[in-house]
Amino acid sequence: MSLAPEQLAYPQRRYGMDHALYDWSMLPRRKPVLWPNAARIALWVVPALEWFPLNMKGVPFKPPGAMATAYPDLRHYTLRDYGNRVGIFRIMQALALHGIRASVAVNAAVAERYPALIRACVQRDWEIIANGQDMDHLHHAGLSVADEKKQIDHTLAVLRGASGQAVRGWLSPAKSESAATLDLLGAAGLDYVCDWVNDDMPYPMHASGGKLHAMPHPIDIDDTTILVQNHHSEDDFRDQLCDQFDVLYRESATQGGRVMAISLHPWVIGQPYRIQALEQALAHIMGHQGVWAATGCEILDAWKSAQA
Amino acid sequence: MKRDPGFYDYLPYHGRPAIRWPGDARVAFWVAPNIEFYELNPPKNPARSAWARPAPDVLNYAYRDYGNRAGFWRMLDAMKRCNVRGSVSLNVAVCDHHPEVIRACADNGWEFYSHGTYNTRYLMGMDEAQERAVIQDSIDTIKKHTGQKLDGWLAPALTYTDNTLDLVADMGLSYVCDLFHDDQPGPVKVKRGRLTSVPYSLEMNDVIVYNVNLVQPRRYAEILKRQFDRLYAEGEASGTVMCIPLHPYLVGQPYRMDAFEEALSYITGHDKVWLATGREIAQHFNDHYFDAFAAAAHTVGEAS
Repeated sequence: MSLAPEQLAYPQRRYGMDHALYDWSMLPRRKPVLWPNAARIALWVVPALEWFPLNMKGVPFKPPGAMATAYPDLRHYTLRDYGNRVGIFRIMQALALHGIRASVAVNAAVAERYPALIRACVQRDWEIIANGQDMDHLHHAGLSVADEKKQIDHTLAVLRGASGQAVRGWLSPAKSESAATLDLLGAAGLDYVCDWVNDDMPYPMHASGGKLHAMPHPIDIDDTTILVQNHHSEDDFRDQLCDQFDVLYRESATQGGRVMAISLHPWVIGQPYRIQALEQALAHIMGHQGVWAATGCEILDAWKSAQA
Repeated sequence: MKRDPGFYDYLPYHGRPAIRWPGDARVAFWVAPNIEFYELNPPKNPARSAWARPAPDVLNYAYRDYGNRAGFWRMLDAMKRCNVRGSVSLNVAVCDHHPEVIRACADNGWEFYSHGTYNTRYLMGMDEAQERAVIQDSIDTIKKHTGQKLDGWLAPALTYTDNTLDLVADMGLSYVCDLFHDDQPGPVKVKRGRLTSVPYSLEMNDVIVYNVNLVQPRRYAEILKRQFDRLYAEGEASGTVMCIPLHPYLVGQPYRMDAFEEALSYITGHDKVWLATGREIAQHFNDHYFDAFAAAAHTVGEAS
């Protein structure tokens, strides 16, 4: 028994990455970033407004939060919708206490179905990030480039129309991409993508259009991961957010400004017994000097100016 | 296929020759950061896919890439503050992709041992010549980039053939981290060469702790301290080994760093701890206890 010779061939073994999507770069060896007003932490709160169709196909896989029981899976459908009806308003209240404006990642289907919700976000001066068509339209290798482009164009048209905003940021549903996604996003004129979890700061992508950047949007310190997947308590979630902040804040004293992103799902954190965890974490964070609560565009623009 | 791997005889924990570590330490403590490179689009091994999602799995790829870009540097600083040298479990292609990471380890006196070429290339299915080529690549790459002789082995992504341990011993390596049967080093029965098993750990490994057992960072610190306390107490009678295997993409996340450093500082704050590398532990055991352990062990009987 032996393996095919390609198993011992390493055509991408060279300095830097094994692809051309972005450059290799070490976080502590970059030019320190100075945020506006000499802030140490740019706090970026990113709730996601998602719609999971009842008849999901789950191609090429079921995203986290997908329908799970035999059709019709009313329990999961309605619990996800709870976030859009109730949970998000608790998040709005928690953020308003500190004057924090969120950057909300929205499925186009949410804007089409619940225009009142988009108006509520826009009234609060929240930034709209495009989060694909819905949670059953993943971007993946099985899509033709033309179909994927159509999905992106449709999503942007709906969200730009509903919000009146430029919509400069993108989060792929379930952070799933095809090999064409980054170029399509760049060609569509987007400024940033939130799918890549390899950094704590923005960095440039190599994509069509030449201006696409990655923004640091985490998967592991996220309410769904910690509370639903890991079964940690809401107090544990609060502690982990506070610990995340403390380390980044300390690091910013010597390495320049940092971004702290908080990824939220209103059907998770917006439950009555959990919302306090967010409130307490925000009180801890906002109790420090030098915290700049900002939107994705504001953070990216400030980061770009700091590179000059 | 074999019913028993056949790598070791039975040697009960109580009644063994007593181990004395240098400086009369009770615990030989070592930290083994896995410095890894996962390829975005590797060729598929017939026995295992590299990624959970269809290619390109940008989520899982990027998560691991975080380790080299960001997490490693935090972990390095925490280890420096605690005066702990790492024993790097190295996907040797990192020498080519990220030589700065290798330099930072070398500058701090860390040991490098092999964890294969890439963490997305698996040994299952290889013939002997192919497996020897992988091991030789590790020997040559580590020598070329660090000047060190390769002494230790942890198979890439814990993948094996029946030949793996025989081949690493035959090619001059002196220890392996692949066997989880003990809290002390022990002889490994190989065809040629002299091979020591140095306790690594899955229980203390941040991949198991965070990705499998899904524990809280502060709870991980508790686990590490409790493990240490018990091994430190038992080490008064006969020296034990404690290893913390790490992955910078996991332990190096900001919200996990302080709890880890607190545990590391607790452990290294004890007097009778030998802050060693894998090679040093293997060498000491090999020089003083290997033969006595081999002689004391019982051949395993099996009902027919």
